[in-house]
Formats: sequence, C-alpha cells, structure tokens
Amino acid sequence: MISVENVSKSFTLHHQGSAVIPVMENARLKVEPGECIGLTGSSGAGKSTLMRMLYGNYLAASGTILIGDTDVAQANPRQILELRRNTLGYVSQFLRVVPRVPTIDVVAEPLLRTGTPPEAARHQVEMLLTKLRISRTLWHLSPTTFSGGEQQRINIARGFAYAFPALLLDEPTASLDASNRETVLELIEDAKDRGAAIVGIFHDEAARERVCDRQIDVAEFAPVSAS
Amino acid sequence: MTPLLKVEDLAKFYGKRVGCAGVSFDLYPGEVMGIVGESGSGKSTLLNCLAGHLAPDTGAVWFDTRAEGLRDTITMNEPERRMLGRTDWAFVHQHARDGLRMNVSAGGNVGERLMAVGARHYGDIRMAAADWLGRVEIHEDRIDDRPTAFSGGMQQRLQIARNLVTGPRLVFMDEPTGGLDVSVQARLLDLLRGLVREMNLSAIIVTHDLAVVRLLADRLMVMKDGHVVETGLTDQVLDDPQHPYSQLLVSSVLQV
Amino acid sequence: MSEYNFAYLDEQTKRMIRRAILKGLATPGYQVPFASREMPMPYGWGTGGVQVSAAILTPADTLKVIDQGADDTTNAVSIRRFFEKTAAVSVTEATGDASVIQTRHRIPEERLREDQIIVYQVPIPEPLRFLEPSEVETRKMHGLEEYGLMHVKLYEDISQHGAIATAYAYPVKVEGRYVMDPSPIPKFDNPKLEMAAIQLFGAGREQRIYAIPPYTKVVSLDFEDHPFEPTKADHACDLCAAENSYLDELITDDQGSRMFMCSDTDYCASRRRQGHVGVKGTVFEGSAT
Repeated sequence: MISVENVSKSFTLHHQGSAVIPVMENARLKVEPGECIGLTGSSGAGKSTLMRMLYGNYLAASGTILIGDTDVAQANPRQILELRRNTLGYVSQFLRVVPRVPTIDVVAEPLLRTGTPPEAARHQVEMLLTKLRISRTLWHLSPTTFSGGEQQRINIARGFAYAFPALLLDEPTASLDASNRETVLELIEDAKDRGAAIVGIFHDEAARERVCDRQIDVAEFAPVSAS
Repeated sequence: MTPLLKVEDLAKFYGKRVGCAGVSFDLYPGEVMGIVGESGSGKSTLLNCLAGHLAPDTGAVWFDTRAEGLRDTITMNEPERRMLGRTDWAFVHQHARDGLRMNVSAGGNVGERLMAVGARHYGDIRMAAADWLGRVEIHEDRIDDRPTAFSGGMQQRLQIARNLVTGPRLVFMDEPTGGLDVSVQARLLDLLRGLVREMNLSAIIVTHDLAVVRLLADRLMVMKDGHVVETGLTDQVLDDPQHPYSQLLVSSVLQV
Repeated sequence: MSEYNFAYLDEQTKRMIRRAILKGLATPGYQVPFASREMPMPYGWGTGGVQVSAAILTPADTLKVIDQGADDTTNAVSIRRFFEKTAAVSVTEATGDASVIQTRHRIPEERLREDQIIVYQVPIPEPLRFLEPSEVETRKMHGLEEYGLMHVKLYEDISQHGAIATAYAYPVKVEGRYVMDPSPIPKFDNPKLEMAAIQLFGAGREQRIYAIPPYTKVVSLDFEDHPFEPTKADHACDLCAAENSYLDELITDDQGSRMFMCSDTDYCASRRRQGHVGVKGTVFEGSAT
C-alpha cells in the first residue's frame, strides 16, 4: 500500500547564506495492508520529515513515494488532495481548525468530504466521540479552546472517522491518560484488522511494541555527508 | 474533467512596468486557489485581469461556460462578459463599500443580481434575500436597513450574500478579510469555507494573510514583481517553501 | 419681432436640434446628447422643452403651453409669451386646437391626434441616475440593456412603503428596448404615453433629447406580484364631476376643508361649458358666455 524508495530530502535556506542542509538520503520502506510500521530514531533524526513527505507536506528531492497508485513525490496538488481525501489519513500532533466550528463538524469533515450522507456521518462521529470520552457538552463547542489531551483526541477522531486505507500517526497516544490511550490503541488495531496500512511515530514504547509489526530506525536514512 | 478556468500566459503591462506576466494555471470545480505576495507583487492586477475588470495585454482566460463549454473571456464580447459577471462569476471586494450599493437596503443589495437576470416577482426576490441574509448570519429583521447602518464585518458578509445569491461557480476575492477585526475575520473565514464546500464553489483569493490561505485555499501561488515564483499545495508551500522569496514571506509572519 | 430670428434660436442650432430629434425618433427612448444652448431663462424653467419647441415650430403652428396641466401658471404663461414674441405663432389654451403642446409634468386628458406634437420639459433624463451616479456606467447599462437596477429602485419602494410609491417620473420601457424616464408626469398619465401624437422630450441642463414616435409600445415597469397601477385621488372633480381625470387637491380654509379639481384646466373648463357640474361647481356655471 505504501512504498518508499530512494527518497532524499534537503532544505535550502536561501536567507541564511543559501545553506543546504541534507536531512535524508535513500529512505525506503514498504507497508502492506493491515501492517503497522513504527518509525524510531532520536529527536531530529527525521521521523517527522519522512512522515511529512509521505503526506505531501514536504517535497521530496528525489525518489518515489507510492501510496496506492499515487507517487506523492511527483503528484500535482490536485492528485495529492484527492489522495488525502480518499486514501491517506493523517493524525498530527497539532489541531489546526477554523475557529468557531463545532467539534462535531470538525470530526465529520473527512466523512462529508468523501460523500458520506450527513446523517450517517453524524452517527459515526457521535460514536467515536463517545468512545474517546469527549464529554457530550463539548460537542457543539469549537475545539480551539479545549485542553491538550482533548484536542489530541479530536485529532484522532478526525483521523479515524473515515476508514482511510493508509494512515499516518504522529504521536497518537501522547498526552493521553491510560484509558484513552487504550481506546486509541484499540482504534489502531481495528484499523489494521480492516486492512489499513499504517506508519506511526510512537514515543510510548509499550504502545509501539503492541501495535507495530516492524520498526524502522530513520537513522539508517541519515545522509552520508552529515553523519 | 474540464477545468473551470484555464489561464494561459497572461500578461499586463503598465507602460514598461510589469503588472503581471507569464501567468498560467488551471482551476478545477470546487478548487480554491490562493494568490499571495506583498503589495505591488501583481496579485491584484492578475485578479482584475482574470475577472474582466482589466484588459490584459496578452494571454487567454478560458472559462467553462454552461452553454458553450470553454470560452476565452478576454476575446468574448462585453455583454457576454458582463453577463458572466452577474451570473457565474462573483467578485468580493476588500472594501465592502466598493461592492455594495450603500444607499440601497440590504434586501435590495442581495436582490439586485436576481433582478439583473430577470427576476420580476417581489415576494420571491425578498424571500431569496432573506434566506441569503440568514446564510451569512445577518438577522432577517435587518433586511430593510441600509449597509451604512452595518458593522464592517456585516457589510462584508452582506457583500458575500449579494454575490452568491445567483449561485455563481467562480468567486474572485480580493483581500476578503482585510481591514476586519481578527475575531470578525475568523467568523468570515468559517462562513466562506462552509459556503465554498456547500456550493462546490471554485475561488481565487488574493491576500497577503498566510493564515487566510492556509484555512481556505487548496493551492497556493506566490507572486513577486509580477511573476509567479512558486506554486503548489498550500500546506506544502507554507511548510516547505522552495523559492527564496516564499521562504522570506513565510518566515516573516509573526507568531502568536 | 424683427430683432429675433424665428423662434429665438439661430437656424444652425435648430438644424442641430432637429437632427437630435430625428435620431431620437429613430431610436425610441434613447437619450440623444445635443449641444444645449443658453436660453433667456434659468435651468429648471424648461430650457430643454423650449429648445425642442423652437426647433419644430413653423409660423403656421398653434401653440399651447401647460404647467402641471394648467395654462395660466407662471411657467406656462412666460413660455407662451416667449414664443408669441419671438415666433409670433398663434397660441391657444384648447388642447384640440393646438398643433404643438409644450408641457411640464402632465399629459392633457383629451386624447391627442396624429397631427399634434407634444414636447415635455425634462429635469433629469436618466432614470437610472438615482442609483448609479456614473454617466459612463448608465450609458453602458442602456447600451447592454442591463436594467436590473431599475427594479432595485422599485423593490426599495415596496420594501419601504408596502407598494410601489413612485408616483411620478415612473420608469417605462419603450418598444421593448430602452428604459426611459417619462419626465415627472404622474404615473396616472403613463398609459397615455402610447398615443397617436409625436412625443419629444428635452432636457436643457442635462443636454439630452429623446422621443417616442406615434403608436409606440410603452410599458411601465413593475413586479408580477406588484403590478403597475395608474393611481389618482379617489374622488371626482368638484367642479366638473369628471371621474377619470387627474385631480389637484386644494385646501380651502384653515379648518382643512378641501376640494378636488381637474389638474387639466382646459379639460375641466370645456366639461363645465358642456354643462357638467361637480358637487362644489355650481357657482361657476353661468359664466360660459
């Protein structure tokens, strides 16, 4: 489902003496449907950079990033938007939403975008929010004012509302209490069972051990010149 | 799929000075494109050329008309272009007073486009106006008030209602949130986002506010000195800008 | 008389105005720009109408001048005298006897004939002006037949007053093409705009001439659910008992007593001569001789 080959990335800082900072070389990984891969490596090793390239948020300098049939490294914006709409989900660490939009609509958005009827979408969202222990009183408020843990769970609900065939998870269990952590891990396991290909970053070692089928240390992809 | 708008090598010169040059892009139905750049970068010139307010010196602006498919709006005759301007196109000005009739009631402002395309039933026009005021969150009992009695944010929402009442397919927006309080901006952005999705609108938004494009635009075009220096997916251009000028633009935003 | 060229204006100017009139007749309702001359009267006193009349008058013509329907008001009297002095044409107060009628704000009640010409004095010829201040823009609107704005004005009327409150200068569409201001005639007169006589409109200050040829279709703008209604005071003339003429209201004492009478003085007088008597009109009957 996800196949990364020979991907490299560098940043050119035009306003700081045009410094070129290579951050990754020859990155490769393969994720089959139903499989979860954990990215490991020390802080700054490039876990997030790789995730962002998978999502099309950072441009890869070379190589191919196949997600389904789409090569994210080559795709035009329209194809990437299409991919994000129907194929590739992303749970980031940050919640970025328009102020004022109620939680329930924020979570329903990925469903509505893929053409789910509003009624069905609503039902699905209510189930997820209940499962993630978001108090019903918060559903109609904008999540912008919620606590970190609540925002995190809204992000997760958004990521899992629609059954994406491929999922990117950036620290999904960070800042969650034990019971919510358990719920999230169950959601991940359910996603694997239905055949989703998942790439995740987990600082929570126990969680990583539990859901990941394989782990890849991104240090392997460190550029030769920088090591 | 046919693009809704197809721009080919558009250029506008003011004497020897470049307004904008070498601009080409496709816009598909439901897509929102942001154009960013500093004052004088040519983004407003470009927008006005696209919307038919300015005649470009070279290039073509193809629009997928309902009746005849792709037509070059630059070479189409003026009545046709003006007709597009009140049916399938909408233009939201930065200053609401440029886009509203300040001496006409809110209802009359919204109804004008309907009457311009032949609506002749007062009751229906009024109902449509009331419905649209509601959709832009203006209470129906303000329908007979003049925009001069409205706040800046309300005027801007009224302008949007006035533009969208004929169900356009393409909306040009020139700094739609400029000059509004931050809290009012958020509300307007939310409203615009909802309407764009609901009506499957395509939009071209010119702004210098990167937060606005991050929330509204699917794609981004960065302009400098009349030329497009970078294009791409909005979050990619903002998070991983490639061109020196884009990097400068992104890094110059004050963090809050 | 000998000090003036016939009808005051020089022949060159008259020819220029006639060309504008012909152009106006060829494009009914279209405002033709013309080089309006300085006239020996202030703007607002009918300088446009006077120039049109001067351009069309012949020595054989019989002229009638009315102001708000009356032959004996200041404006009517002075214009009538102006042409008596500068053109030596015969004048009349009888609508039927006139070949040229210059009018301010009324159309006579008596049906006009093919051998007559009526000349309107127009203050503001542009019907779109109140909503669109730009002349460039209004000309474009006429050119492209973009008349939605005219209905915005009527919409505003209904939203504010519950009905189309425009009572005079009520906009019309001429021969399915140009929207036109019929000058400040009451909307009661609008149906009469479809007539046998030639209608010429002159705006001196605004330098525009426009025209409606005989038997041209003239439709008053309206909404489907608020149709055009030619209204008048719901009363009969107190002097001549006419039921279907446009009425002036006159306050007769400090107690607010009032009477209604025909605004068209010639029409009222001729009815009374024929023996029609209104509820307050008995007094006057004997003086017919």
